[in-house]
Amino acid sequence: MKLLKTLTATTALCAAGSMAGAQDMADDVTMVSWGGAYQQSQINAYAEPYMEMNPEVSITWDESSNEAVAKLRAMNEAGNITWDLVDVVAADALRLCDEGLAMEVDHDELLAPAPDGTDASDDFGDLIVSDCFIPQIVYSTTFGYRTDMVPEGVDAPDDICDVFDTETYPGMRSLEQRPINNMEWALLCDGVAKEDVYDVLATDEGQDQALAKLDTIKDSVIWWSAGADTPQLLADGEVFMGSTYNGRLFSAIVEQNQPIGMMWDAQVFDLDGWIIPTGLSDERLARVEDFLYFATDTQRLADQAKYISYGPARASSAPLVSTHAELGIEMAPHMPTDPENSKNTFLYNYEFWADYRDDIDAKFQAWLAQ
Amino acid sequence: MSDSTDTGPVLAADGSPLKQSLARALRREKMRALALIAPLLLFVVLTFIIPILSMLFRSVENQIVSDTMPGTVAAIQDWEAGTGEAPDELVFQHLFIDLFNASEAKEHTKLGTRLNYEQTGLSSLFRTSGRRLDDIGETYQDPLEEIDPAFEEADFWYSMMNGEGGEGLLEERRDMWNAQIGGGMDGDVGFVPSSAMIDMLPWTTTAYTDWAIWAAIEDEDVVAEEEPWEAVYGALGMDLRNPETAAAIAAYDGPGAEQLQAAVANMDQLPQIGFREAFAEMDEDWLDPEVWDTIAVYSPRFTSGYFLTAVDLKLSAEGVTAQPEDRQLYIKLFNRTLFMSLVITGSCILLGYPVAWLLANLPLRTANVLMILVLLPFWTSLLVRTSAWKVLLQQQGVINEILVWLGFVDDANRLILMNNQTGTIIAMTHILLPFMILPLYSVMKTIDPSYLRAAKSLGATNFVAFWRVYFPQSVPGIGAGSILVFILSIGYYITPEIVGGTDGVFISNRIAYHISSSLNWGLAAALGSILLVVVLVLYWLYDRIVGIDNVKLGG
Repeated sequence: MKLLKTLTATTALCAAGSMAGAQDMADDVTMVSWGGAYQQSQINAYAEPYMEMNPEVSITWDESSNEAVAKLRAMNEAGNITWDLVDVVAADALRLCDEGLAMEVDHDELLAPAPDGTDASDDFGDLIVSDCFIPQIVYSTTFGYRTDMVPEGVDAPDDICDVFDTETYPGMRSLEQRPINNMEWALLCDGVAKEDVYDVLATDEGQDQALAKLDTIKDSVIWWSAGADTPQLLADGEVFMGSTYNGRLFSAIVEQNQPIGMMWDAQVFDLDGWIIPTGLSDERLARVEDFLYFATDTQRLADQAKYISYGPARASSAPLVSTHAELGIEMAPHMPTDPENSKNTFLYNYEFWADYRDDIDAKFQAWLAQ
Repeated sequence: MSDSTDTGPVLAADGSPLKQSLARALRREKMRALALIAPLLLFVVLTFIIPILSMLFRSVENQIVSDTMPGTVAAIQDWEAGTGEAPDELVFQHLFIDLFNASEAKEHTKLGTRLNYEQTGLSSLFRTSGRRLDDIGETYQDPLEEIDPAFEEADFWYSMMNGEGGEGLLEERRDMWNAQIGGGMDGDVGFVPSSAMIDMLPWTTTAYTDWAIWAAIEDEDVVAEEEPWEAVYGALGMDLRNPETAAAIAAYDGPGAEQLQAAVANMDQLPQIGFREAFAEMDEDWLDPEVWDTIAVYSPRFTSGYFLTAVDLKLSAEGVTAQPEDRQLYIKLFNRTLFMSLVITGSCILLGYPVAWLLANLPLRTANVLMILVLLPFWTSLLVRTSAWKVLLQQQGVINEILVWLGFVDDANRLILMNNQTGTIIAMTHILLPFMILPLYSVMKTIDPSYLRAAKSLGATNFVAFWRVYFPQSVPGIGAGSILVFILSIGYYITPEIVGGTDGVFISNRIAYHISSSLNWGLAAALGSILLVVVLVLYWLYDRIVGIDNVKLGG
């Protein structure tokens, strides 16, 4: 595992150093992302093009996004912010904003308008879930299943409730070791209407109901905590079906040719994007803003979809999504936002989970430990 | 020998008394020794003592509540928690001022996050209320400016509020800001509240002072040239509603008298509801007595709340109560951690003892090869070894495949060796085995083989010779190995996380969760402190029962 990948434009750096001084922008930028295929898509789609335009810039990548909130808080307490730009999921952006660790931004001022002149805030629309959050992609948490393990004479699972049907679809499942998503799915399959899910989940009875439903499959569940777990468990045949991020399943299916099918039903949309830590010096901030203007424009976000099957966050990017950079296949049908895939979807309820996360998690963990 | 004789003190070669000279030499010696260990001492203090102390501090620290809402916390002392009734208007007036300041400083969401650990829903209550406090202020600002446009002029406010004698209030409010945002509010404000105004319009003067400090230092504006923020208008509304203030204003003839009198005359244009109702209109949860119970219970600067949560209790308005059954977790995890650490230590002894014996008794050449076999995995990355166990143990893994192929296990009923306690015990026993073998080996190496021979020549059987002669001499090694393995395993994190599933995880996995995911560092610190105390107590018990002198790491 590469913990740190440093990209340096070494020779150009010294030559351009004095020139860059005039623009008052820092040349060394530390960006934080998730590593793996996702970070690679960011490097390909916008970090490298940006460095070609600005040869004096060198970007250091830190693969710490999954613990970014805790680390940023520690940096803030120590009074030494070493990161310039951090890639986090929207829920973390909300918390960083609440904690005063992420900077509030004016999206229209900071980001490029769409090619047709639409303001950035309208182009991103509802996806700007926090004043600190600059969305990049829409991803979804959904189920994949082993196509060769579907029992004979039975249709492949295509309904979220098939996860809870261990009679028709025997075998292990893998679910994320946290209440988020699992509780919603459990209620959906226990007869709660989609629009009532969060009202029900807000009550003690509703939480018990969801846990009782999960209890019916508890013995058949392997709980995962890293996004790579489910693809590995599916590839090894350890589980029959499991939830994970759609991009992970995409690479298992398309790039590694595993016998895995996508379920898509009741997939939960979530967002990933940038935040700027508070407390950057003016030069560093100027560089970050300059980078963000470029990296989140319509074309760059559409380019990212050549490398990974996550939907661009801008409405104006969607028509520009083309084919996979290496495999040449159309990317649109693999996007969570594709109409064929998004017949039945769920949107992560940020406000709800910001409030209920601690409480429901305590119950969920106590239930797991029983 | 006595150093004082009739002939006077014994002298050293240089003529100074020998006693002095000796003491000096001894002191020099000590200083030199101290200088030698200084780097290590400094290192230990910086990386070990200070973090542990700060962890202990964090597990009881709760200053955020009183730092963010000082007025509210002081006012709530008179309110009785647990009465089922939200506090009265006065508390809500303080809440308005405090929360307004906090939301300008963006501190209110931090407080919401903190209190949300104790009660669900407070996070969004504080977040959304912070955004809407401007609106409450505006319900006073707009009519006041309607009554007299002077109310929107910076000049008017400054000439009315600025004066002398209010240095005390200025410093008090400056301290409030410093506590709130952690310092940095020192410097010249260019404004001193007038003592006449403090007497006549206490709320307004306080709110104006708050704003003036913020404007002058944080925004670097000139106080005399800016219109104050909405909280000041809300505060004026509080003052005007007080009948005594109305009388004082009628008698007042300083700057702004005309406008204030106009405001008193047109009271009917101001909002007719109090702040309690205004807050309730904004979010009815503000009238929920449970919300106020939580704020009241967690208002002291130090709390036992984290420690109580860490042992499945709860601090509430009724005192200390048990957590509801469906939230009890930590005692179970502590017990499991202790139990499994014991099992792991036991299996390390069982597996490690024969290996150590072989190492100590085989010819050197063979023993060296065996030693390498012990050490090689020890030198391999922990993560690699744990992942390798995953490959071996999983249901489609190597062990199950071999058992199925041999016909010992039915294909449909493969053994579940992983994602449970079995997995954790197997993997951790393997990983910690060298910590048992090495101390055992170094102790066994020193046991003279002639003792065994002597025992046998005196008629002991192999077993008796081993049990009565050899084993007692190897006990110090077992002790040392057990302490190492037990203490290491009690704090283990990564292996249970990977192979432990749900019932094979330890308390440290929960600590990690609270550090990196839930950000409840106070609770994580409390759990960590308890773990530390448990280890110290066990060590003390061990010392009492076995005796720490009986522990040998070698020789």
